[in-house]
Amino acid sequence: MNAQHVADFLNTVLIHPLGLTLAVAACWPVIALACLLRPHSIRYVARFLFPAGALVCVAMFLCAGTFLISGHAPEAMILPLGLPDLPFHVRLDALSAFFLMILGLSGAGISTFAAGYFRSGEGTAPGLLGLHYHVFLASMAVVMLADDAYLFMVAWETMALTSYFLVTSQHRIPEIRQAGFLYLLMAHLGAVCILLCFGVMQGGSWQFTFSAMRSASLTPFWATVAFTLALLGFGAKAGLVPVHVWLPEAHPAAPSPVSAMMSGIMLKTAIYGLLRITFDLLHVRFWQWGVAVLALGLFSGVFGAIFAAVQTDMKRLLAYSSIENVGLIFTGIGLSILFAASHMPLFAALALAAALIHALNHSLFKSLLFLATGSVMHATRQRSLGKLGGLIRFMPWVAALALIGTLASAGLPPLNGFVSEWLLLQAFLFTPQLPHAFVNMLVPLGAAALSLTVALAAYVMVKFYGVIFLGQPREASLHEAHHSNWLERIGLGWLAAGCVVIGVQPQLALHATGQATGMLVGRAVAPEPSIWRIAPVAPEQASYSGWIFMAVILCVVAITFLAVRLLAHGRVRRTAPWDCGYPWQNSRMQDTAEGFGQPIRHMFGAFFLMERTLPSPADLTPRYRIHIEDRFWRVFYKPLASGVQRLADAVAFLQGGRLSFYLLSSFLTLLGLLVFLLWH
Amino acid sequence: MLSLHLSQLDVQLLKLLAAAMLLLSFAMLSARRTQQLITLFAWQGAVLFLSTVLVAHEAGLPELYFSAALTLILKVITLPLILHLLIRRLGAQWDNEQLVNIPVTMLAGLVLVIFAFGLAQPISLLATTVTRHIIGIALAVILLSFLMMITRRKAVTQVIGFLAMENGLFFAATSATYGMPMVIELGIALDLLVAVFILGIFFFQIREQFDSLDLHHLESLREE
Repeated sequence: MNAQHVADFLNTVLIHPLGLTLAVAACWPVIALACLLRPHSIRYVARFLFPAGALVCVAMFLCAGTFLISGHAPEAMILPLGLPDLPFHVRLDALSAFFLMILGLSGAGISTFAAGYFRSGEGTAPGLLGLHYHVFLASMAVVMLADDAYLFMVAWETMALTSYFLVTSQHRIPEIRQAGFLYLLMAHLGAVCILLCFGVMQGGSWQFTFSAMRSASLTPFWATVAFTLALLGFGAKAGLVPVHVWLPEAHPAAPSPVSAMMSGIMLKTAIYGLLRITFDLLHVRFWQWGVAVLALGLFSGVFGAIFAAVQTDMKRLLAYSSIENVGLIFTGIGLSILFAASHMPLFAALALAAALIHALNHSLFKSLLFLATGSVMHATRQRSLGKLGGLIRFMPWVAALALIGTLASAGLPPLNGFVSEWLLLQAFLFTPQLPHAFVNMLVPLGAAALSLTVALAAYVMVKFYGVIFLGQPREASLHEAHHSNWLERIGLGWLAAGCVVIGVQPQLALHATGQATGMLVGRAVAPEPSIWRIAPVAPEQASYSGWIFMAVILCVVAITFLAVRLLAHGRVRRTAPWDCGYPWQNSRMQDTAEGFGQPIRHMFGAFFLMERTLPSPADLTPRYRIHIEDRFWRVFYKPLASGVQRLADAVAFLQGGRLSFYLLSSFLTLLGLLVFLLWH
Repeated sequence: MLSLHLSQLDVQLLKLLAAAMLLLSFAMLSARRTQQLITLFAWQGAVLFLSTVLVAHEAGLPELYFSAALTLILKVITLPLILHLLIRRLGAQWDNEQLVNIPVTMLAGLVLVIFAFGLAQPISLLATTVTRHIIGIALAVILLSFLMMITRRKAVTQVIGFLAMENGLFFAATSATYGMPMVIELGIALDLLVAVFILGIFFFQIREQFDSLDLHHLESLREE
């Protein structure tokens, strides 16, 4: 019966994929409005409507997934909505379907978790939160479906606004309002860049549909201008250095499911936008674009990883780790542009597939980790790493599921993070075949930077997991940490399952990217996937099998476990660890978050702006304080802000308050315009 | 074609009225007392009325008679009456306005008139009406009224300047295109009436707040 329904559903998808996707996306606004019926009832909004939203996410995932697997041709439609002369155009193709799949897959887990997470009395009323949350989801889906600049911008701005309200849901705290403002500011700067980019791309035809932009012929100069604007605008949304500053402020300020949504899905809309414009609308004109994206991506990767290593707030740590992962995705995109513009479609497809799969993976494991921090925060009321520890004993479920996310994020096999990072490194290995001598020499440095980033990411994840879940509790109150509820566990479990499935069976993800890479660069990686392994270019050169890795790892673990059980004493003995003759031991003696990050802080000191106060050796109550600041604030943003302030002060005299002065200025303007008229 | 119907005398008369209009504008620019200004404004309306009637008669456009009647009722009778009542109620009829410097203002006005004529030349070449030579004067009236608003400091004179500007616009419209469509003219007339009422209320509020109608008190309202 149930299987019959699912089969019917999938059949309908095959016939009208776009119509059905739109119908599914339209369910979110309906749920959003339903949230307003009883806005203060947590039982109605959270326990009833959020799971409904999660079901819609699953439906979206199924729609997009079926579309990708079936290899349906792109479908376009003109909606009977919009302004009189500007109807909305929508289009579903492989690229949008891939990102809609990410939206559905991660959205389902996050919504289920949110159903258990939101409680009453936390800032905004739950009904309003639900309203913004579901409109946010719908607007992201529309961004990916839009086929004209007008609808794209409307959805893009709706997305920015709703997420702003979600970030500031605890608006009584001034820091959160400040973080929200910074986010809104950067979002608008980005949106202006994107708007200008569309303005350039219409190329004098004043047609704002994407199909018109696809056929517009831009001069090399204007194409590069459009690309630069797109990189800046979408980079600001994705958190690319140097326009990343909002990210480490806004992610920690938001409630955890919202951080997960922003980091997991919203950043991907920026990736989608950049791919759409660079590959689909501008047709990848110059390899130099690839070098720019590659350099920015690698720098963001290293930068994010280094900053993540020295954070002491767990959500800020994850936010910087998001910057690092976005850097990796951009690295893949940059390589892909480089290859595509040098007419090497297979390698371009490989790099692009790596970027796409990493986007998918990041949305899974980063959502999982952000949600886990949410559980920890609800259980302990702590967010500082210095006050956590040992939670694996009090919250075993969250700890186990977070471990999967941590390992995935660290890029260890057989989990999904490894797959995309491995593919990315494979793509780097083919760069010596590029026909540009200078780039050829520099790209190995890029590969080294990539390895450094990946290694640092693993370091960061060890810190994240070790300090929160392992060791001893650093505060007495942690012993009362309560466990997450079952809705939260289902949400975490869904995402963790995604991490494992993609890690073990990466063919699924690779096959899903095949359509998208085929559309954008004309080739797909591994046209005939085998069930057991993936071999991106040639099986003789390199192949990876998640199953073998998993089997080996499971065997080793099982053998070790059994050997210890059988050969050693065979019973559990609880004793103080590493009790090297000390009479007593407490939680203050274990490695702290600051201590863990200290080597990185020393090695990469040039990246930071540090302010330290060290205690003197004779101090009986020693206090150690360190403040780490992003250099970009001082180099880039503060001069900019003071420049704007100076400019504003310089023109402030215009507002003198004298009526005759105001009249005189409009009079002079009028005369000036008339003179202009006279001379032309 | 229409110009054939117009006698030479009528064209001369129209030019005379336009000259009177310009003269009245200069007179307003140099007038010191508020009451004097209102009287001048009423005269300006009367000249406007006469010229509109003349154009309507000679061009054979009956709807221009309505415009003329509207001008007579509103700008010659109603608005000056309201303004007179207002300043009497405010006790401002003998207000003596400190002007910036009359000779300088007049010189600036002269420059503006020359500028307006230069500006009107290409427009009058395009226009087909008999009254096209008057466009320059109409533009000059607009600019002079604007200049008056800039140089005055009392609230009531600002309003009169605003109304005189509208006179100039109306004059430009009749001379360039034989008037605007009736609907627009009615709308503008209603707007003017409402504007005067609202500004009247503002005068009382301003006087209540600052014990004076001098606008320099409003400078303290700006945001620091």
